[in-house]
Order: sequence, then C-alpha cells, then structure tokens
Amino acid sequence: MPKPFDNVSSFAVPLLRTNIDTDAIIPSREMKRVSKKGLGEGLFAAWRYSEGRTENPDFILNHPDYKNAHILLAGENFGCGSSREHAVWALAEYGFRVIVAPSYGGIFYDNCIQNGILPIRLPINQIETLAELTTPISVDLKHQLIEKYTFEISKQHKHMLINGLDAIDLTLQHMTKIQKFETMDKPQRPWVYL
Amino acid sequence: MSNRTLFDKLWDRHKVCELDGEDLIYIDRVFLHERTGGIALVSMAEAGRQVRNPQNVFCSMDHIVDTFIGRTDETLMPGGSEFIRTTRKAAHKAGITIFDIDDNHQGIVHVISPEQGIVLPGLSLVCPDSHTCTQGAFGALAWGIGSTQAEHAMATSTLRVERPLTMRVTFDGQCETGVTAKDMILHLIGEYGASGGRGYAIEFSGAAVEALDMEGRMTLCNMAVEFGAFTGLITPDEKTYSYLKGRPYAPKGDMWKQAIAEWKNLSSDINASFNREIIINAALVSPSITWGTSPAQMMPISAKIPDPQSETDTKSLTYMGLKSGQNINEVSIDAAFIGSCTNARLSDLRRAAAVLKGRKVHSHIKAICVPGSTQVKQQAEDEGLHEIFLAAGFAWREAGCSMCFFAGGESFGLRERVVSSTNRNFESRQGPQTRTHITSPETVAASAVAGHICSVSMLEAKNA
Repeated sequence: MPKPFDNVSSFAVPLLRTNIDTDAIIPSREMKRVSKKGLGEGLFAAWRYSEGRTENPDFILNHPDYKNAHILLAGENFGCGSSREHAVWALAEYGFRVIVAPSYGGIFYDNCIQNGILPIRLPINQIETLAELTTPISVDLKHQLIEKYTFEISKQHKHMLINGLDAIDLTLQHMTKIQKFETMDKPQRPWVYL
Repeated sequence: MSNRTLFDKLWDRHKVCELDGEDLIYIDRVFLHERTGGIALVSMAEAGRQVRNPQNVFCSMDHIVDTFIGRTDETLMPGGSEFIRTTRKAAHKAGITIFDIDDNHQGIVHVISPEQGIVLPGLSLVCPDSHTCTQGAFGALAWGIGSTQAEHAMATSTLRVERPLTMRVTFDGQCETGVTAKDMILHLIGEYGASGGRGYAIEFSGAAVEALDMEGRMTLCNMAVEFGAFTGLITPDEKTYSYLKGRPYAPKGDMWKQAIAEWKNLSSDINASFNREIIINAALVSPSITWGTSPAQMMPISAKIPDPQSETDTKSLTYMGLKSGQNINEVSIDAAFIGSCTNARLSDLRRAAAVLKGRKVHSHIKAICVPGSTQVKQQAEDEGLHEIFLAAGFAWREAGCSMCFFAGGESFGLRERVVSSTNRNFESRQGPQTRTHITSPETVAASAVAGHICSVSMLEAKNA
C-alpha cells in the first residue's frame, strides 16, 4: 500500500528528451527477480552506467547537484512503451516522488498513481522554466501547485495519493454492485462466464 | 441512441457503476505472463487476496522462457528460471489456466488468446502487457495495464478506469500490392507521432482495414500502443466469426448462435460521433521501415533518411549510426529477426517464406525466425515452411517473445543493426546498443537475403 503523499521540496533533475520509454527507465535485464524491490539500482541503467557498471559522469542523474533529488522533469510521452510497473517501482525506490512532463504513456501514468508517485502534467515551456531554477522546487498536491504553476489532476487520483489509498480495498466495498451486474449480465452473455 | 461508437457500446456494456468520477468496468478475461503476471499473483497471495473468478484467468510462458529447441525452465537470462517457476507455482495455487512450456498451446499471449478463442467480440480483456490492444482486432475491449491493476482485476473482476476519448482512423481505398498492415500502422504513427493517439480508444475502419485478414488486423491493432492510444478496435465481421468458430474457448452450438446475434450489434452507428477523426488515403502507404529509436521515426524504404527536425531526431541518428540524406536501402545489416506479437503468425511466416524460397541469407547475417505460438510453429511445419527458413539460413525456434527485447539472456551484439518484424526500436531494446529497424516480415526476409535494407520489390528487381 502506498504511503500518503506529502508536500515535496527538492531539486529537480531535468531529463527533457521526448518519448523516454519504460525500457529506458528500467531495462528488461535489470528486472532480475519476481519482486517489486531491488529495482532502484537499475533505474536508467543504460544511460547511468558506463562499461563495468561505473557511473557515467555525463548522465545528469550522476551530477552531484542532483543526488537525492525527488523530482524528475521530463519531455513529452514519458513512460511510453512497455507496461512494466517495474519502471515506477524503480523510480520510487531511487527516491523520485514527483514526475513532471507534458504527457505520459497511459499505463505508466496509472502505475504512478497506484504507487504513490505524483505525475504532473505541465506545458513544456513551464517545465523548461522549472529546469532553469537553481533553487529547490516545491510541490503542493493539496493546492495543485508546483512553484507558481497550477496543474490538473483528477479528483479521484488526488484523493488516492493524498490518503495513500489502495484501490482494491476501495473497490471491494462495492462488491454488491459487482455481483448485481453479474446476475443481470449472465443470462444475456452466458458464453462470457466460463 | 443512434450515434454511439463501437467503443461506446463496449464500454457501456461493461460499466458496473461510477465511482468518484471513474467508471468501474467489468473485466471478462485476464491474461498474465511470467514477467509481469507472476509478481501480480505473488503480491495478491501476500496480501491474502483471492482470484475471484480463476476460470476466467489465463497465463502463458512467453517473455522469459528461452526459444531454443529443447528448452527447459533454465534460461540464458540470469534469474530467468525463478520467474518461470514462481509464476507456475502461483498460477497453480490460484487455480488459473496456464499454458506452460511443454503445452502445445503455449505461445505469446496475444497470439494464443485468439488461437484459443479466449478473446471474443464484445469481451473486456486485460493483461499486464502493453500490446494487449492487439486483441481489439476482434471487436473486444482489450487493453494493457500494470501489475497492480492486474491484481485489482483478479481480486474484484473489475477495474477503475477514466473513460478515454474516441478516435476513428479510416484507411480509405485500398493499399497497393506489397503494402501490409505493418506499413499502415507505421504510416499512421509516422504522420501523427508516437503520442498522436494519447487518451483515445481508436477504431480502425475503412475499406483497406476491412480487406485485411484477422492476422493483419491484429498487426494493425498491436501497435495502437506505439501510437500512445488506450487501445485499438475493429468492428467484428464474417472474417472474425469464421476465425473464431470451433476454437476451444469459443461458444458452441446454440450459444454460438446467440453470441453471433449479439456480436452483430457491435459496430459504430452511422451517425456515431468521434472526438477525433483521421482519414488516410491507403494508396499513399508504402512499404516502410523505421530509421530512428521511436516508431514515429519511419520512412518509405525507397526514400532517403530525412533531415532531423529536433534534438531528439539528431540523437536518434547518432545512436543509429546513420546520416540524413543517405538512401535507407543502402544501409547494410548484421541481423534479421522475424517474431513477436506483431508479426509472427502463420500468414506472416508464409509471406516471409515466399520471399526466402530458393534464396539464401547473405553471408555473415544472423537470421532468426521465432513463431508466435507452438500451434503456429506446428502449422508452419505441416506446410513445410520451416524447411524454407532453414534452407535459406534462418534459425527455426520454439515459440515465445524471444529477442523482441533483451532481458539479460540472448541478444544481438553491441551496436549490431537488426532488421526486425517487432514493434519497438527503442535504444538497446534487442541488445546492448543494438540498432533496430522495424518493418514487415517480408521486408525482413528480403533484407536478410540482400544483406542490406531492401523491400521485396527491390530484391525482385535486383534478381530480374
């Protein structure tokens, strides 16, 4: 179950390439076990490490200014591609709590919400302005503010993040409605119910 | 109501209720595989949750299992056998159906689900795999989810989803001979970008789509996710019914008739209104290939590599070791791969074999064919296709996802250039710094023979 989302104040890592896919966020070969843990080391592995798995000093995540950053600034269509939730587990374990991008891969966006990461959508010019700041950036989910910019998020996603809720628990409370649906549906589509 | 889209009909049919601004959608089928499904089953068990309808949940071994002849649970991928064994154990414990390594129905999820009649028109089907949209080709509401959502679907038979917008992409007229479903979808993504479909459920329609067989339709819908879409859909028709009739999990007898009667309502109304419409002249689609590291970076095989339009383009050209202005068909290759949920069905293998018949793969080229399922492999062997592949110099493998991606085991070599019938040309997708060019299986075959990127017609002109 995710932890409730608190306000964040942190330096933000600018990684503004477009179409950064989940293979880049966590390469397949870094998903070594049947576990949601142990993935932070593999985050952006192809870019982050040189041969012999030494840190690549040219990759922005390795820059001393950005150690311990909790905010990632990205380009359009961040998290596109594979559905692997490992991408979000890796980002979370590394320490990211907020991603800011103009748009996201749809499955990745939902995976963020499930795991307590706030995916903020902002226009690219605002992200570029944030990328130039030399001071920590503050994020306030309750008021939907990142620095001076407001952002949109669905009421339900906000509620889930702020309270650290588990969607399965919430839905299980509506089991009567689900059973009622099945009772009505079964005679109409009997082939569906194996 | 006479202005509803196919998507509206599917969505409304599955809507249990609204919850806090989201829709609670009933899920008819869940499919899993050993890479993202095993963890969902394990995590559920740890939380003390049960799979609510295990008879509606299926699992395949496709992503991590090796595709070498004589394979076992042991894999070249370090730690891979843990995925296989853990998933198997969890699947048995949960009481779900598993298509295991030694099962002659094993294969890639999106190949075996239709093969078994597990996906049907009008069903909702989810899988923790982004290419689940493939199965929308049957007029089903099928989409890819994360592992946590798969737990939700198994524990509650529902998912909470924000209703996507609707888009219709019409391919007007007919494609020229030699143009495939793969070229159609690459054309769309090339024109409108890798996130052009973001937020939309896309209905593919038009004469050129109707003309496709079911396998071509699956190829088209498969890459809806590379367009950023929620899913892709095609209206079911006689081709759909005849493909499904008699499949193991398809309804039989009177129930089949009852199902057909229901499925005949599954089309968009004449006055249906979509949030967005795109119309493409099918005659303008050419045999195509990607030049960059996003499926949107595509071009006709007959063209020159375009000038970069952005910093991302420049980075892609550098990564790919290419220069703008260069003829793409002069680029020599190191490897050829036919496989994946996009293009490894029987018709794909037949078209590639037709190119390879009587020809040899160019020297020094590593060429591999991995059928999409054990059934596809068997059918291909019954037709003698494997002999054509083997005689040409292709390796002939067991079914699975194989080198569509590099999981730490088998891969193409450092910076090798691979012409591939798969769906993703991302950096290092098929191996360390591999350079992947996505195209149709027949173009992979033609390129393997030529030793450089080459369309079928170019190969034929060369031989004439």
